[in-house]
Amino acid sequence: MTLDKFLALGQTAMELGLVNALTVLSLFLSYSMLNVCDLSTDGCFTLGAAVGALVAIAGYPWLSLPAAMLAGMISGFVTATLQTRMGVQSLLAGIVVNTGLYSVNMALTGNKANLNMNKIPTIFTMVKNLLKDTPLAGQSALLVMLVTVALVVLFMCWFLKTKLGLAIRATGSNADMVRSSSINPTFTTTVGLCVSNAFTGLSGCLMAQQAKSFDINMGSGMVTVALASLLIGGVFFAKHRPIPLRAAGVVLGAILFRLVYGLALRLNMPAFMLKLVSSVIVVIAISGPYLRRQVPLMIRRWQAAREGRNADA
Amino acid sequence: MLELKNICKTFHAGTPDEKRALIDVTLTVEDGDFISIIGANGAGKSTLFNAICGSFMLDAGMIRLDGQNVTMIPEHQRARQIGRLFQDPMRGSAPDMSIEENLALAAGKGGWLSRVSAADRKAFRERLSLLGMGLEDRMRQPVGLLSGGQRQALTLLMATYQVPKVLLLDEHTAALDPGTAEKVLELTRSIVEDNHITCLMITHNMQSALDLGNRTLMMDRGKIIYDVTGEERGRLTIGDLTDKFRQLSGRALDNDRMLLGIDNKE
Repeated sequence: MTLDKFLALGQTAMELGLVNALTVLSLFLSYSMLNVCDLSTDGCFTLGAAVGALVAIAGYPWLSLPAAMLAGMISGFVTATLQTRMGVQSLLAGIVVNTGLYSVNMALTGNKANLNMNKIPTIFTMVKNLLKDTPLAGQSALLVMLVTVALVVLFMCWFLKTKLGLAIRATGSNADMVRSSSINPTFTTTVGLCVSNAFTGLSGCLMAQQAKSFDINMGSGMVTVALASLLIGGVFFAKHRPIPLRAAGVVLGAILFRLVYGLALRLNMPAFMLKLVSSVIVVIAISGPYLRRQVPLMIRRWQAAREGRNADA
Repeated sequence: MLELKNICKTFHAGTPDEKRALIDVTLTVEDGDFISIIGANGAGKSTLFNAICGSFMLDAGMIRLDGQNVTMIPEHQRARQIGRLFQDPMRGSAPDMSIEENLALAAGKGGWLSRVSAADRKAFRERLSLLGMGLEDRMRQPVGLLSGGQRQALTLLMATYQVPKVLLLDEHTAALDPGTAEKVLELTRSIVEDNHITCLMITHNMQSALDLGNRTLMMDRGKIIYDVTGEERGRLTIGDLTDKFRQLSGRALDNDRMLLGIDNKE
């Protein structure tokens, strides 16, 4: 592989990784902080993409960002309401919302599985035009993503240190304690999921605009891909490290995941393998520590069995 | 002042597991009272605390805290006025958050978007130094790294940071080693005295039931069977208490830890 090709690969990985990083940051809030595995992520990502695409096609590319975030927030509100006020188990609440969102998304696009944005201005083309005669012109997409992700990371660092953020983190760490601080865990869970899904929606919106197309299935498997990136990011900075470092680690995880995936594609791995690879990464990251604890026990058993056999002989 | 009027609670009503946990309990706690509560396992001591905190809805009766009828007020809304410590030292604080962040939630100051200020930090430091455990120099460390005794002391500080109208201690030293338990108990005594907190303490240690506070309740099978204060209480020995239990409940006190409490004294 030549250096040029490698750099191009790196740039693509950066751009896509940064788009994914927004979803990963959203899971950082819901999964790592609030301790809720939000399975509505796939549908919410697509929802953000659909809303963003429709608003951009209507001629308001800048408005598409807040619109997609608002849509994500509403979706998060529904998921949270189901699990905190209506007795639906947390995992099921996410699955139910995810399934329902498929119909919502189709209804939004007017029963079209694809939307084409080739000829309409998106925020990426607009920034590109703004930077036309500057040295940054070639990197405009990367720049948009870098700025967006940096803003979201800064927001997270600020938010998680406010009293509301502390209450959300405490809800994930020890809900009993939250209740005894006279804070309602229902409230903190709801706010947490609304904020987190806003970023998932934003992520979907940017993905569609960058690819200049919307596809009804573009979010499928997103939760696993994002979780894989999140867990890779967790390798850099463990649980007890300061939050800004952990948030940065999560972004790094998302980029690294895309980089490895891009390399694997170069080495002739078929593109359809993405989801299996992310599933395997999630399984390894979660069950690895568990299995490692089992190893000494298995060795003891094996030794005991062998000694037993020797004693018999 | 905390008033319980004829409160009743039955769990699993109408099933073979039916348990009448509180039967027509009436109790008036005066401001500044420090009441120790003893009784065998299943006597209804923790259920009494759950009722005061609002962990469940009463079947009958009324609870009044400082003149306000709180019977129907949800748990998290009562929590501001009630501090509570459990036997499990892990239950009162969030392990993944720092000491400072835990205290910030307990202090409950400022709006939702406020952050821990330098002034807050200074105040936390001062309060922490009163514990005498060196926690004031570890404010940025996650609470999960603390020992059980340190966590229980921190929980005590958190529960009393905003002085509660009543403090409920549910065997809060039972899971600690004897030396640490003694230290946490001593801290409890000084914090309660300094802030004039009205306090109810469940204990299995009969000696501390008699040593601490000004009033002792004995519970059995959902009822308060013995309530003693003043001079009569001053004269009581552990032997008198077990005799009292046998006489009032019609059976021997069959709790290992309580009997061990007797052994400790002799």
